[in-house]
Amino acid sequence: MSVAFYPGCSLHGTGNDYAQSAHAVCQRLGLDLTELEGWTCCGSTPAHNTSALLSVALSAQNLRLASDQQRDSLVVACAACFNRLRSARHEMAHDEVLRGRVEHVLEAPAPLDVRVDHLLELLLDTYGLDALAARVRRPLTGLKVACYYGCLLVRPPEVMAFDDAEHPTSMDRVLAACGAETVDWPGKTECCGANLSLSRSDIVVSLVDRLLDQAKRAGADVVAVACPLCQANLDVRQTDVTAQTGHRYDLPAVYFTQLVGLALGAGADELGLDKSFVDSRPTLAGWLS
Amino acid sequence: MARIGVFICHCGENIARNVDVDRVAEAAAQIPGVAHAESYRYMCSDPGQRKIREAIVAQGLTGIVVAACSPHMHENTFQNAVEGAGLNRYLCEMANLREHCSWVHSDREEATSKALELIAIMVEKVKRNQPLAPIRVPMTKRALVIGGGIAGIQAALDIANAGRDVVLVEREPSIGGHMAQLSETFPTLDCSQCIMTPRMVEVKNHPRIQLYTYAEVEAVDGYVGNFTVTIRRRARSVDESKCTGCGACTQRCPQKKIASEFDAGMGQRPAIFIPFAQAVPNLPVIDRTRCTMFLKGKCGLCAKACPAGCIDYEQTDTLVTEEVGAIVMATGFDVQPPTLYPEYGSDPDIINGLQFERLLSASGPTAGEPRRPSNGEVPRSVVFVACAGSRDPARGVPYCSSICCMYTAKHALLYKHKVHDGQAYVFYMDIRAAGKNYDAFVHRVIAEEGAQYLRGRVSRIYRDGDQLVVRGADTLSGTALTIRADLVVLATAVTPRPGSDALAQKLSVPYDAFGFASEAHPKLRPVETNTAGVFLAGTCQAPRDIPDTVAQAGGCAAKVLALFSADQLEREPVVSRVNEATCVACFDCERVCPFHAPEHRELRNRAGDLLRVVSHINEGVCAGCGLCVVTCRSHSIDLAGFSDEQTFAEIGALAPF
Amino acid sequence: MPTASDIASEAALAFRARIEHLSGQTVSSCYQCGKCTAGCPVASEMDTDPARVMRLVQLGARERVLRDEAIWLCASCETCVSRCPQACRLPRVMDALRAVAEQDGYARDNRGAALLNRLFLAQIRAFGRVHEMSLVAGFNLASRRPLRDVTKGPSMMRKGKLHLLPQRSANLPAVRRIFERVQELEGSET
Repeated sequence: MSVAFYPGCSLHGTGNDYAQSAHAVCQRLGLDLTELEGWTCCGSTPAHNTSALLSVALSAQNLRLASDQQRDSLVVACAACFNRLRSARHEMAHDEVLRGRVEHVLEAPAPLDVRVDHLLELLLDTYGLDALAARVRRPLTGLKVACYYGCLLVRPPEVMAFDDAEHPTSMDRVLAACGAETVDWPGKTECCGANLSLSRSDIVVSLVDRLLDQAKRAGADVVAVACPLCQANLDVRQTDVTAQTGHRYDLPAVYFTQLVGLALGAGADELGLDKSFVDSRPTLAGWLS
Repeated sequence: MARIGVFICHCGENIARNVDVDRVAEAAAQIPGVAHAESYRYMCSDPGQRKIREAIVAQGLTGIVVAACSPHMHENTFQNAVEGAGLNRYLCEMANLREHCSWVHSDREEATSKALELIAIMVEKVKRNQPLAPIRVPMTKRALVIGGGIAGIQAALDIANAGRDVVLVEREPSIGGHMAQLSETFPTLDCSQCIMTPRMVEVKNHPRIQLYTYAEVEAVDGYVGNFTVTIRRRARSVDESKCTGCGACTQRCPQKKIASEFDAGMGQRPAIFIPFAQAVPNLPVIDRTRCTMFLKGKCGLCAKACPAGCIDYEQTDTLVTEEVGAIVMATGFDVQPPTLYPEYGSDPDIINGLQFERLLSASGPTAGEPRRPSNGEVPRSVVFVACAGSRDPARGVPYCSSICCMYTAKHALLYKHKVHDGQAYVFYMDIRAAGKNYDAFVHRVIAEEGAQYLRGRVSRIYRDGDQLVVRGADTLSGTALTIRADLVVLATAVTPRPGSDALAQKLSVPYDAFGFASEAHPKLRPVETNTAGVFLAGTCQAPRDIPDTVAQAGGCAAKVLALFSADQLEREPVVSRVNEATCVACFDCERVCPFHAPEHRELRNRAGDLLRVVSHINEGVCAGCGLCVVTCRSHSIDLAGFSDEQTFAEIGALAPF
Repeated sequence: MPTASDIASEAALAFRARIEHLSGQTVSSCYQCGKCTAGCPVASEMDTDPARVMRLVQLGARERVLRDEAIWLCASCETCVSRCPQACRLPRVMDALRAVAEQDGYARDNRGAALLNRLFLAQIRAFGRVHEMSLVAGFNLASRRPLRDVTKGPSMMRKGKLHLLPQRSANLPAVRRIFERVQELEGSET
């Protein structure tokens, strides 16, 4: 199976530590993560806020590129891009009228031959947990992780068909295979406020406050995420949480790929651990060589 | 020579508006064999019927065609009229000029010519009709009631008290059903067990009721008036004839931590147990799926403890056969477990309404004091959620479970009575309190008992330390709100009792997409089914409360008694008959008949030697569906009143037009 | 507030039909159970909660709903969708309302999500991708809060998370063509 990696805009910017750690993990596991040539923005929330057709067409454009480049699957790390790409594929497959309109816009047949997979699915289904566990060099024994899935990985369940929408476990299983102890907590799929971060950071701050509180009380040492926007909200907004509410957490929000990479023996710099606002390195010191 | 009378009804304007009835009458008079044709405004009225009777006598008519509405509507009316004039009722046919013609066609010209065609068809048929006599079959005046909840108990007692024998079959070890589990009943707050248990005892002591508990209906054969029912009596592992119900065995059982079905999992029972103190019969049963003796082959403590020596590990199921004339299905309901919604999670402190009943019941595991399953403490804050699965087409059931609004109000009230400083919150969508004094009861709970009603659904429940966090909404104020609760009670959907669909199949009773048995007519035949002699009582048909269930059970009893009031069963003579001379004994008819009417008949000569075996249709069973007729490869079967000859003549009638 | 004639008028019904068409959702199937509001992460910040937005659409209360800040607060988290007993995709309805608000000029003064959407799409049109630094800076300027999050930029820059110059996708012409053809198609339909 030939795959192409769709990084999305954030992974070339504020989420480049996600990209860095994803590449580090895949390199160690021998998984090809070659970027899709000439990829363009999926349209994200602003596109579907504005026009359903525009939204699907912008995502479909990338599926078309993957199809042209003879890829079977587009692997996505960013939960928001993953949601848009998989939704676009789902909608084109299930709505003939929309598919016709998209084909008119793209001036090409709807590229339904390309699958859309999340990096977690690549690790779970393609690589396998046993194989992953066998490659672990530094088991994350004793590290308590609150896995945060957020919204867009799992919802809407009929479209995403990713794990269990209310009680997902895929990230937990991947990190457990790396030796970490994942905690059960109520915030797994609660929203962090997403892109309200710019227009209404006050809302994001109160949502992040609740999430950090729940994770901390569940005993987590770190929160693991699979979305650059979630990471930014949970990490960058912690100072604002303290300013707005007086609550201080110092709870690192790291990408799950950074933890997997750590277990596979990658170094802090290679994984971009230096890039977050709440420094995770003191917490992870025991597993950093 | 046939002398047929044709009577065309205007049906007010219903037919006359689109059909030129006078022209039809003129043309009908020209059909060969028609001796009389006329039209009238309302043929079904007294003057209309009189016209028919007078014409029969005056003109010596040999057959009648009434061209009017559907035979479903008035065939019986006109058959009676014809009979009143001395003609056999089966020499009367109807041409449907209303539903099949005037109502569905707008072109008057076309409708008129179609009306004439319909009449011509029926004239040809009635010319060939034979006088038929009703079939009389003997009947067993004894009823089977399936299910020993309040519906079955009421039906059984009503029938038995009227002097007819009843066989009552209950699947569980005791009768009583769900009503025996309830605390108090809305809106009067009668103690459920106090009003229920005397009825249970009455059933047990009634000389006309044969009670089988821990038993199931295995097979049903026969037909109305003549059912043969096979009942499987499951092995109790206890000799009923010797047991005194002393309970020594249950005390000694080492398995004590099995979730009690009667307590809806809120309490525990041993492997040998009497379901509850007032059980009828007051006999223990061994749960063989949990008993150490059956699982590991050793233990035997209960046998040692029994002073009467009635524990019998070797006991086997037995099959008994009962002959009955009517059957009442009263298999009841279940409520769904409180784990339908993943967003509510599963937590020991999230329970359903039936479980809360057990916590409120004086006979329950907490002696009537509400306590949290997680830690046994009295809950200070309880959230009740109505419609927790009902009216949810996406993930639950689309229908309203009918009883939840009322029992939830009752729960809130009883909780407030028992925990004075506790807070009760009720999330609801609509309050459906249509019964007598129901609305006043709900109002009392809200206005006087201090339950906080919130109009909205709950989206999420999760545990936070010792408490549950409930995130709901009040749409009247447009607010999302969060409540910390010690206990959450979900009013989960009412569903038919598992297995009731399989039973309905044995009884040939249709059921809906959710498994509720279907009545014959939703308005006018609410307790009958499409299978003659089978009736429905209680929640096996639809969710309903106790008063409605009791009333419906009484209705069933009345129907059964009415059936038994005749000496013999009279059946329509429209049945299949086999031409024994041409039957090739392939018995395809036997394979296709849904009613098991075809039998094997041996033809013998005078010396008693077997000549051959042919098919014979049991008239008492045949429903006249005609499947055998169209299946028969040697064309040896005809349906009385619908013979091949008649059918071809009907088709032939269309040729001249 | 809408008057009785507003909500009973043909225009009101036409508005509801337009939203139903754009969203692909049967708005009238909503029976106002409130589960969307109950689970919505931002409902407490809305003057009009999600269930009531649905109600206003059912009534065709066009002016009131298009001017309502609530439609710009919906974060498209889809929590309501996964729990709705009527399987209604409420974010689709929100999307349709936002699109109509944008088309009909109700979002002109919006300095929140509507502004961000416009700037975001403009970036895709300009580069084929989004350049976060200029997006944030542009948003802060246009929303007249230039100093918002001002301390975070430099430290992100130091961490190598922000780039001064935008990347341009090799397929920018294709993206521009998509914008043009969508506009053309949708323009021909209204």
